[in-house]
Amino acid sequence: MTIKVLAIDDSRTIRSLVQKVMHDAGFACVCADDGIQGVAMFVQENPDVVITDINMPNLDGYGVIARIRSGAVNRTVPILVLTTESADHLKARAREAGATGWIVKPFDDDAIISVVRRVTGARA
Amino acid sequence: MSAADQTPASIAEFVTFFAGGQSFSIDITDVREIRRWSTVTPLPHAPAEVLGVMNLRGSVIPIYDLAARFGLPPTTESTRNVIVVAMHDSQVLGLLVEAVSEILSVARHQIQATPDVRSDSARQSVTGVITVGEGMTRVIDLGAVVQPRLKAGAA
Amino acid sequence: MTTMISIRDTFFEECEDLLAALADGLALIETGTEDSETINAVFRAVHSIKGGAGAFGLSALVGFAHRFETVLDALRSGRLAMAPAVLHVLQRSADHLTELVEAARDDHEVPSDVTAGFVSHLDACMGDDDPGSDDYSAFEFAPVSLCLDEPVAAKGFMIRFAPKAALFANGHEPALLIEALAELGTLDVVLAVGDLPDWQVTDPWVPCLTWSMVLQTAETETAVCEIFEFAEGLCDLDIQPMETFRAEPAPEPVVPDLPETSDMLPQPVTAAVPAAEKTSPPKTDDGEGRGPKATLRVDLERVDRLINAVGELIINQAMISQRVTELAQPSEAEVMVHVEDYRLLARDIQEAVMAIRAQPVKPLFQRMSRIVREAAEATGKQARLVTSGESAEVDKTVIERLADPLTHMIRNAVDHGLETPENRRLAGKDDCGTIRLSAAHRSGRVIITIKDDGAGLNRRKILGIAKAKGLIAQEAEPSDTEIDALLFLPGFSTAQTVSNLSGRGVGLDVVRAAVADLGGRVTIASTQGQGTEFTVSLPLTLAVMDGMVVSVAGQTMVVPLTSILETIRPGPGDLHALGTGDTLLLIRGRFIPTVDVARALGFRRSDPEATPLLLLVEGENASQCALIVDGVHDQRQVVIKGLDSNYGTVPGVSAATVLGDGQIALILDPDAIAAHRVIPLQIEGAFHVSR
Repeated sequence: MTIKVLAIDDSRTIRSLVQKVMHDAGFACVCADDGIQGVAMFVQENPDVVITDINMPNLDGYGVIARIRSGAVNRTVPILVLTTESADHLKARAREAGATGWIVKPFDDDAIISVVRRVTGARA
Repeated sequence: MSAADQTPASIAEFVTFFAGGQSFSIDITDVREIRRWSTVTPLPHAPAEVLGVMNLRGSVIPIYDLAARFGLPPTTESTRNVIVVAMHDSQVLGLLVEAVSEILSVARHQIQATPDVRSDSARQSVTGVITVGEGMTRVIDLGAVVQPRLKAGAA
Repeated sequence: MTTMISIRDTFFEECEDLLAALADGLALIETGTEDSETINAVFRAVHSIKGGAGAFGLSALVGFAHRFETVLDALRSGRLAMAPAVLHVLQRSADHLTELVEAARDDHEVPSDVTAGFVSHLDACMGDDDPGSDDYSAFEFAPVSLCLDEPVAAKGFMIRFAPKAALFANGHEPALLIEALAELGTLDVVLAVGDLPDWQVTDPWVPCLTWSMVLQTAETETAVCEIFEFAEGLCDLDIQPMETFRAEPAPEPVVPDLPETSDMLPQPVTAAVPAAEKTSPPKTDDGEGRGPKATLRVDLERVDRLINAVGELIINQAMISQRVTELAQPSEAEVMVHVEDYRLLARDIQEAVMAIRAQPVKPLFQRMSRIVREAAEATGKQARLVTSGESAEVDKTVIERLADPLTHMIRNAVDHGLETPENRRLAGKDDCGTIRLSAAHRSGRVIITIKDDGAGLNRRKILGIAKAKGLIAQEAEPSDTEIDALLFLPGFSTAQTVSNLSGRGVGLDVVRAAVADLGGRVTIASTQGQGTEFTVSLPLTLAVMDGMVVSVAGQTMVVPLTSILETIRPGPGDLHALGTGDTLLLIRGRFIPTVDVARALGFRRSDPEATPLLLLVEGENASQCALIVDGVHDQRQVVIKGLDSNYGTVPGVSAATVLGDGQIALILDPDAIAAHRVIPLQIEGAFHVSR
């Protein structure tokens, strides 16, 4: 069964890039352009993994993680945070918020795919 | 025209025609179509060789009297006159000629350099000559024939 | 199919939107009407540009965006307070960011010292806070290792791993973590089952399993730690290199920790997911259409094709109309009704299609803010730009081609129009000059004005230079308006010294030519001591026009309806000869110069003896003249066919059109034909008819 990825980022460019990389790796990928739509799509699409940006209008990445982690369904889904920051204290904050992993932008295609594989158990 | 696809680079194809009693050729890849003469709307203050503009399926294209352009007597009206519609550098234009003769296929080495001619405009616009039977045809450089565009900045 | 090239295009399109949002945010802050969300939006705009730029390796852009973002982050978190000086740095930084984006898009370089200059201003805002101690490297992929141990080349590791409840809550899966370990080498896993609690009693949400593993690997401890990086604190983890392995045959059973997170029972669904209230989210990825107005990005080529087709439709409609008219049907005949319906329908379609290409001038005006700032810096003046009417819409091509002439007029206004701050103070004005840029729709045209509150034109100086250059006869005594118009002559420049800007050597004549190319006109008006105003008048669309069909020298031609004031059939006493073959029209007590259109175009009037018809036309500057034509037919809408692409500029003619009978009719430029009436005395030498 194909792994389904939900990518949440307010940047059109990043959504396009993530989707391309996921498709190339054989995953399905749906996108949302802000946190609120992201949470809505999460409920509808029931993805195997969520990749989300932190800085977004209306509802930021932390808010998205909080909503998913306290939601009714699939609340232990792996959530990967995708952001340009790499400072330790921000990573710790993300972990405390409930993130499963962290991907730094600009991301290496292979790195992001291997992280997605690792947290979803998808095989090559 | 499909012959053009198979033509190796050493061969060139030309459309030859008569203007002012003399034979001229242009590269076949520049030629779009051949049309019969139809009404031309004159342009104000245009040089003598610019007869005016014509409607080509909705596009407005300028018509040049090729004979006049080369300093030959202007082409007289005749039912045999045709307009050679050519394209150069995304400019579409028409050349009024007396008649179209044939399509020539020549090896590039058969195109000889233009002999020294007196007329300046002729020398600039003619890039070579080809022997055809007993006579010859002049190969024209379309770019040199075309009216240099008067951009508004020039005024 | 998305390729990296099209995603790159997407990125630069997105940058346009982000830079516009950035400018909007800063503008709000400038007027003091911002809220806390504004600075966040500004931050996000720069942050997003940085994020996307990184993906394409645009390191200069990433580097600068990062410095910029740092200051914005300090502002939004309150570590740094907003102040006018800070805002100015932000605006200039936004300008530079725009420049870097453009350079990246067009693949050329911005000198690094220029960028460094802007960076130093940004750093200065931060005080001594962290001037670059933020050691950002643009291509950092690897997460920072948590392990502080030296990576010892061990034969392997002994790993003890006991998850806590929080591990599962964070989406981790022990099996997957263990599998990841197994990929590093040979893994031996033992599950400690020795001391499991009674299943009946235990809370199933409380983890109580422990795994002991032996991993034989050549990998470093860092690699092992990395697998558990995000699980830190969510489990008990003990990693021992096998060198220090003590011979303990059996792993010790581990008492499970008490759960640390309090309540693992499912929460009631409080996350009010508003999926139902919204219109169903599109299955497409991009969520386009969630902005304030639903929009659609369309390939410009497709729009142009549609517009061309509609143009042909209009011509076709005219042809049908003509043929039907020739059949001489009574006007009440049904077919005439249909023909009329067709005409109106075609017109509706055409207007709707033209509206597709219409865009607000706002982005263009926003760019001008930057031009004003740069020009002010370069010339040591103080200037600000005030805009109005930015929502006025103009054809996209017009906007693009207006950018250069507008830039030049704005630069001119700052460079030549405004006085230095000292002089302004002496004149009782604010140190800071104001340039007002406005757009408005008026009688079927778009009027754009650039008005400065500077010193106004020095007419004596202008006239002096014009006479010295021979542009105007020595004995000429032109009116103020005519003197102002001299500035549009080629080669005219009053700059005594070459400032940073005017060194480029571009004159107002180029501006006028560019505007004329768009079918527009530019005029200038000035009041000494108060300022100068440029007015640019442009047609709304480039493709279709209302015209009056006339006959000139046996040819059918079209005169733009917007220029025509009235049609006149002169009576016996109305025309008066004036000396050298000119004729004046006496109308309502005023004398208006006339122009024989046929003669102006180099044709001959078909019947010079017949009483001509006159078209009273008004050019810009409100100057009037009467065009002599042989006949006036009807008004109709014509599709404009440019002559530029296949031919070039034709004197006195702005374009051509195809009539209902398939014939080409030239569209006259009344201004060009009449214009040599405006400055009567000189100019046959200075500029020729082909203008």
